[in-house]
Amino acid sequence: MGERAPGRGGRIGSLRGVARVAAAVLGILYGVAALAPLVAPYGEASLDRARFYHPPQRLHWVDDAGHLHPRPFVYATRLAPGAEWRYVEDHSRPMPLLTWVRGERYTLVRGVSSDRHLFGVADGRANLLGTDPLGRDVLSRLLYGARVSLTVGLVGIAISFSLGLALGALAGYVGGWVDAALMRFSELLLSVPGLYLVIALRSALPASLPPSRAYLTVVAILAVIGWAALARVVRGMVKGLRRSDFVIAAEAMGASPVRVIARHILPNTLSFVIVAATIAVPGYILGEVVLSFLGVGVQEPAASWGNMLEQARSLRVLTSFPWLLAAPAAAIFVTVMAFNLVGDGLRDALDPRGVPEGEAR
Amino acid sequence: MRAFLIRRLLQAIPILLGVTALTFLLLQLAPGDVLSQFSQNPTIAAETLDSMRHRFGLDRPWYVQYLLYLRNVALRLDFGESFTRHQPVFAVIREGLGNTLLLSGAAALITWGLAIPLGAWAAARRGRRVDRLLTALASVGLAVPELLSGLLLLLIAARTGWFPVGGMHEAGWERLGWWARGVDVLRHLALPALVVGLVPLAARMRQMRAQLLDTLHQDYITAARARGLSETRVLFRHALRNALNPMITLFGLTLGALVSGSFVAEVVFSWPGLGRITMEALLAEDRYLVMGAVLMSTVVLTAGNLVADLLLAVAEPRLRDG
Repeated sequence: MGERAPGRGGRIGSLRGVARVAAAVLGILYGVAALAPLVAPYGEASLDRARFYHPPQRLHWVDDAGHLHPRPFVYATRLAPGAEWRYVEDHSRPMPLLTWVRGERYTLVRGVSSDRHLFGVADGRANLLGTDPLGRDVLSRLLYGARVSLTVGLVGIAISFSLGLALGALAGYVGGWVDAALMRFSELLLSVPGLYLVIALRSALPASLPPSRAYLTVVAILAVIGWAALARVVRGMVKGLRRSDFVIAAEAMGASPVRVIARHILPNTLSFVIVAATIAVPGYILGEVVLSFLGVGVQEPAASWGNMLEQARSLRVLTSFPWLLAAPAAAIFVTVMAFNLVGDGLRDALDPRGVPEGEAR
Repeated sequence: MRAFLIRRLLQAIPILLGVTALTFLLLQLAPGDVLSQFSQNPTIAAETLDSMRHRFGLDRPWYVQYLLYLRNVALRLDFGESFTRHQPVFAVIREGLGNTLLLSGAAALITWGLAIPLGAWAAARRGRRVDRLLTALASVGLAVPELLSGLLLLLIAARTGWFPVGGMHEAGWERLGWWARGVDVLRHLALPALVVGLVPLAARMRQMRAQLLDTLHQDYITAARARGLSETRVLFRHALRNALNPMITLFGLTLGALVSGSFVAEVVFSWPGLGRITMEALLAEDRYLVMGAVLMSTVVLTAGNLVADLLLAVAEPRLRDG
């Protein structure tokens, strides 16, 4: 951190090893999230009232007679007599997993709609990750939820980092009372412990919100909370760069303050900002997860990884239906881990002076 | 030293005023108002509402309300009335804060009790199998959010029955003797404290490792080795003691997080701390309780930072005049 020599270009392309794998994982996650309605076998709110709390169905390749099938199949299931929410496989009815099957109609983006799904079964239902208390397919909800959970963090960070950059640069460049006012205000935000500030901000709105407004609310809360710390660092860097020769030269040649800030000063903070943003993404994603988990973020019937976890909170679910916890938990873990690894990788790639984490003394 | 302390205390005042104004403003933005919200509620005595109206000027403009709020809080520690708990807000907050500090204190004990020996161990065996294993564990540990580790431990507790699955007391704990009560609380404390304690463990462990490695490269360590002292003696008598100094400063810096760090764990494990109380107050729209809790959490964070600065000032006299 701190001052940076001018003109160091980005070397984002030079990620190595684990970080590159993690970046690929993130690429797949975001790709799948973008195509969620196509990849998901069912809609996010589509219920099957005969299949509450259905456990994940096993994929088979070989049937009871020992024949190898050309495509994987699941057995149809029915409720076990007598037991509550126990299902038995009906081995006389294998249901092969087909690709490009007809199902519910969905709209991928405006104007592009279809009823074809990447995979599914011809009749009946296959729930590879089980179903929830309302009989909704967990895999489908996980995919739809990824759209919310994966983008909230990015959008939130884009807003809060733009704010942080702009206000930090303004404070550092202009100085005087603007600087003082901005810094006092950021101190104010930083002096309230994180989640308590979230609660205070959230309390200004009604307890339950329609899904579209809930999404914006979560983004806005995350953005308001995030900009202050970055603005303070950027301010420090800008204050340092302000006295450097190339800035003085640009000013002497008559460049306007906006141009000096945008063209000469901010680019020099860029590699720091990119790394800081990547490292901050998991925090933002977890912000949405926690808000939705607490019941004040994205709310049912819309799916998000946070409200899926919320569903898994009761003791009954934890003891009897653990897949409801496992699916969103695994998704969150993989995402957070991948962002951490990419963040570490970027830091090493962009800051040659920094010692790689594993080698740190 | 005294001048430093007084200056820092004075600096805290505008922060607290600002935070009060901010939360007050946010709650004014919320739809509806306290009087109409609770006047139809049969569980709330008309006298309570009347007393609130009188004390906090609920029927007067917002700036009068704000000034009355400030006066009541500053002069009488009167944070208003919690309508959902039928108690003064201050009593609710005080109890919750005590429980939160118990939880985060136990968590800090776990963090530092594990981080220092493990970090030292990794440093002493640098590059060996133990070191690599601990480093790998730390990088995975950094990626497990407390929400997930909390739910995982809850799952284990629910399936095995080894630990209670939330709350702070067993039913009927009032009848137990003091010893049995203590054991009961400890059993309830174990899992949430572990969850909160594990979050910063990986980072602290790496810092301890780095500190000790740094110290081990100093000249006086080389000198001690050259004098023929045993490696154990060098490590424990010379290096470890000096490596611990910066860790104490670091400990001070984490004091401020004592109140906020346990928020999620409190909700997951139904631990009756400040975080859980705030959450319930938010959902029940119990405004004065939300406001009081946010304010109190800020006070604790500010106080924690102040103590950290004092520790730092003791350790580094140059900073006092900065």
